[in-house]
Amino acid sequence: MSTALSVRNLRLYFSTRKGVVKAVDNASFDLRKGETLAIVGESGCGKSSLARALIRLLPRNVHTYSGEVLLDGVDVMKLSEEMFRRSVRWRKISMVFQGAQNSLNPVLKVGFQVAEPLMIHFGVSKEEALAEAKRYLRLVGIHESFADRYPFELSGGMKQRAVIAMALITHPEIVILDEPTSALDVITQANIINLLKRLQSEMGLSYIFITHDIALTSELADRVAVMYAGEIVEISDAEEFYRRPRHPYAEKLMASVPTLRTDKKLEFIPGTPPSLINPPPGCRFAPRCPYAFERCLRESPPPYEYKTGSFVRCWLYHEGKR
Amino acid sequence: MGEDNVLLRVENLKMWHAMRRGLFGGVVYVRAVDGVTFSLAPGEAVSVVGESGSGKTTLGKTILRLHEPTDGKLIFKGRDITHTPEKELMWFKRETGLVQQDPYGAMPSFMTIYRILEEPLIIHKVGTKEERSEMIFKALEEVRLTPVEDFAFKYPHMLSGGQLQRVAIARALILKPSLVVADEPVSMLDASVRVEILTLMRELQEKRGISFIYITHDLSTTRYFSEWIFIMYAGHIVERARTKALLQNPLHPYTRALLAAIPDPDPENRKRFREVPPGEPPSLVNPPPGCRFAPRCPYATERCRREEPPEFEVEPDHFVKCWLYVGAR
Amino acid sequence: MSSRVEYGWRATLRELFTYKSAILGIAILAFLVALSVYAVVTIPYDQAVKLWRGSENVWINNPRNALPEWWEWFAGKKLPRTLVLDSRVTGFGVSKAVTPVVGTDMKLVTINYIIDYNYDDFPSEVNIFFSARYQKNPPLVKLVVQKPGGEEIEFPRFSLRAPNDSLYYSISKDVLSTLVSYYASKHGGVNVSDRLTSIELTFGRASREGLESGALEVEKGMYRVRIDAVCFGEDSDLDARIVVYGKVHGPAGTDNLRRPLEIALLWGAPVALAFGLTASLLTTVLQMVIATIGAWYGGVIDDIIQRLTEVYMILPFLPFLIMISAFYKIDIWVILAVVIVLSIFGGGIKSTRALVLSIKEYPYIEAAKVYGASNARIIFLYIIPKILPPLVPGLISAVPGFVFLEAALSFLGLGDPFLPTWGKVLNDAFNAGALYRGYFYWVLEPAALLMLTAFAFAFLGFALDRVVNPRLREM
Repeated sequence: MSTALSVRNLRLYFSTRKGVVKAVDNASFDLRKGETLAIVGESGCGKSSLARALIRLLPRNVHTYSGEVLLDGVDVMKLSEEMFRRSVRWRKISMVFQGAQNSLNPVLKVGFQVAEPLMIHFGVSKEEALAEAKRYLRLVGIHESFADRYPFELSGGMKQRAVIAMALITHPEIVILDEPTSALDVITQANIINLLKRLQSEMGLSYIFITHDIALTSELADRVAVMYAGEIVEISDAEEFYRRPRHPYAEKLMASVPTLRTDKKLEFIPGTPPSLINPPPGCRFAPRCPYAFERCLRESPPPYEYKTGSFVRCWLYHEGKR
Repeated sequence: MGEDNVLLRVENLKMWHAMRRGLFGGVVYVRAVDGVTFSLAPGEAVSVVGESGSGKTTLGKTILRLHEPTDGKLIFKGRDITHTPEKELMWFKRETGLVQQDPYGAMPSFMTIYRILEEPLIIHKVGTKEERSEMIFKALEEVRLTPVEDFAFKYPHMLSGGQLQRVAIARALILKPSLVVADEPVSMLDASVRVEILTLMRELQEKRGISFIYITHDLSTTRYFSEWIFIMYAGHIVERARTKALLQNPLHPYTRALLAAIPDPDPENRKRFREVPPGEPPSLVNPPPGCRFAPRCPYATERCRREEPPEFEVEPDHFVKCWLYVGAR
Repeated sequence: MSSRVEYGWRATLRELFTYKSAILGIAILAFLVALSVYAVVTIPYDQAVKLWRGSENVWINNPRNALPEWWEWFAGKKLPRTLVLDSRVTGFGVSKAVTPVVGTDMKLVTINYIIDYNYDDFPSEVNIFFSARYQKNPPLVKLVVQKPGGEEIEFPRFSLRAPNDSLYYSISKDVLSTLVSYYASKHGGVNVSDRLTSIELTFGRASREGLESGALEVEKGMYRVRIDAVCFGEDSDLDARIVVYGKVHGPAGTDNLRRPLEIALLWGAPVALAFGLTASLLTTVLQMVIATIGAWYGGVIDDIIQRLTEVYMILPFLPFLIMISAFYKIDIWVILAVVIVLSIFGGGIKSTRALVLSIKEYPYIEAAKVYGASNARIIFLYIIPKILPPLVPGLISAVPGFVFLEAALSFLGLGDPFLPTWGKVLNDAFNAGALYRGYFYWVLEPAALLMLTAFAFAFLGFALDRVVNPRLREM
């Protein structure tokens, strides 16, 4: 199993008027070729910041941006902005953004927008790029006549497909999907997920699938990473995770999600996530964790590898209490 | 839904929004709610499930008389309030409450929580200042925002989304209404908080015997909340049944598609494709004649495309608007 | 991630103070307010108007067109201050002796003035004001001037023409001819330049070369001026006041009517602030209410208001104002009222209306309708408090516009004719040709204060805008 992406100690902090926000705090994970890694967490946990850190689309008030990101053996963090733009962004890694349907330019035709990455990154001529764009539109299930239409003429689901085509047209290895179906209705969502599944097997893509919807992650995820307050608190294989999440937060989160087909007692997690500006010492989930003991409040647990490639940040496992 | 004990009766309710089509076009209508009929008993909770554009939100707002119905009848506690002018509806406003989707947008940012809860009481001239104070603190306690003195004098921006929704619930209940409409009350909240809020609403609903109309697109939450489920599609209620019955035995092809499309957390999901109908819901401006789901329905017949089906009661308390069940009553 | 961009008052203020521009603006404003308070407290309104309108006699002891005292630092020499010596006031440098002439009802009155003159420049003017008491015959007066170098110049006797007569020493032709002939004879046939003035001849070191070339230096030292008068009648008496006018006066100088400019500059502050703030406040509030009502009710009401606004926006503001003030007698209150009326349906209505239209759709408005809030209640308790904060920066930033408007009107001579304002000072300066004559301070001082006011409000307004409008912040 070869590795598409290897992330080590990734940090992204922002400077704000209120202090330094530690949006991504020491994230490490591997993405294997052809597989999907889901990153799941609630709002404010840092998952979108992680996506932006990987594709290096950063705002102006960055305080810290460090770590190691190995792509095909090269640490792309060390590349200059220009080199990153030319060789990595949209060449090796592309992204489908949150609310992507609204990020289509309303005054440009759809076909042109899908073709743009080719023209920009590969210097392809307009005619060739448009022809390729039409091919990809067909690939994502949109009739090629829509290439000459404007975004407002497309439905929500079609716009989402167009954005996916735009992310794929440069034939990247890795696609980051940040809430790709959030504003769509359930049936359209299922259709888009079907499409993503098909494309993954046809084009050999590796996905990083970011969402807050745990049930939805199971549609694509081979492995799941759970983020809480800027940290990755668990990485597990899909078979393990959906049946028995290891980290207390992941466990409680799973218990709070209503299911259609099984009858279960729903639980909720009292309290709120900590501020990312001054996270408490010790485990960040400790204040809300029903299993917390004294060490949890004092020391922040390092990752515990309970199986090759699977980690959990929890003292319960370090101390063999589980 | 016994006919004798009815709090709310909705008869062939229609709500069409007028829309200007460009400079020279005439007026066209968006038929958001296009013929809805049902009754609601006191203390009964109903989930109205549909996608965006199904008309579920408009239905909720029309029932609360935020819009005046275009056609049909709205009867509350035996009184016909379909076209009653707003001035004469104060008694009705005292009997109803609304919980909205956006917790921050639903609160005036410049008022304290205390003041926000006091407003309905002031408007309806309830109690003296001291009595109102007591009622407000009690309301905060009931939604478990304690210590109440702390929360009462905070401003909305100081509270989390979940806490603000509790305030919204307190506000909706403070006049002791008999009907509450909750429009996607948890879809803007984090997953772990949703359960808390839904549980709270259910507790209060059962304790006080309030009728609830819970509007959502998330079918998975309905089983924890309501006795009945209404499935809405393109302005119509296409299936009505008791919660268990609908989830175990969905009849309408759209309901079936909906259920098939919703994933549960299951690692096997990624290994297979879901069978779902293609396409999108129709435009509400020029809906197709006949059944509105016909263009996407795998079982559609010629009749489906021509004639709009009526509602058939396939089994007791299970109604479907679909020609496939024409054999039933 | 929910970004809570609304903050309470205290947090807004705290954030405001992180902007240096706001601090600067507030500091300048505090200064102007202090000035205003001082002005109103020390010189009440009626007195200010009276003083400013006052005829020459009120300010007779002030020099004309004098520079501000601090100008000395730039001039590099000691500029003369005004010296007033009055025989009625016992003090250093004045003495009076009355000697009755035995056997008659005449009296000899001698008044001696001692002037210790140490300035580097000549006085601007010298006047002697007489105050005599007599029955039938006015006193006969002789003036003698003794310079530090010992020269004594006697002036021919003259009779007072009235009990309160004045000798305008510096412009009197008789005085000049006396001085010229004195020096002509003293220096034997010298051709005294006709450029020399009485002041220069009196206070200057009169060397032969100097007299011919017309350029004399100031002679410093003790000057004695003696008035020998013969009064007729038992009860007759004579007093005299000599005023040696300086070239500087006060912190702000004087104008051509000898009025000390600091009064008008001081009083201009409260007028400018009050006018600007009141006009801006009333205009903003009225616009807000009108726009909200129009946007809320929509339909015909909204259409009428919008059309009215559009017509208003096309109308030329200043010409209207000029016409009105040309035809009608106006004071500052009328100007204020007219300015407000002409501004009500201005462009602010359009932007406020847009704001209200978007707020109308907010969930909390809908919630209010559900629990039965009336339209009036929603407008005044739910919508207006929400749109108030975004309007505050605009309110502040509009103040300088109104201040300048009032100043412009005064400058054009169309403002309140009696109230001392900065614009009025500019108007007087312009009418007197101040810049032609080099009285630059007369123009610069009010202009500087106007600009200072504008800066203060502009800084404060910009900073407030950035605090209130989250998109302008750097987050």
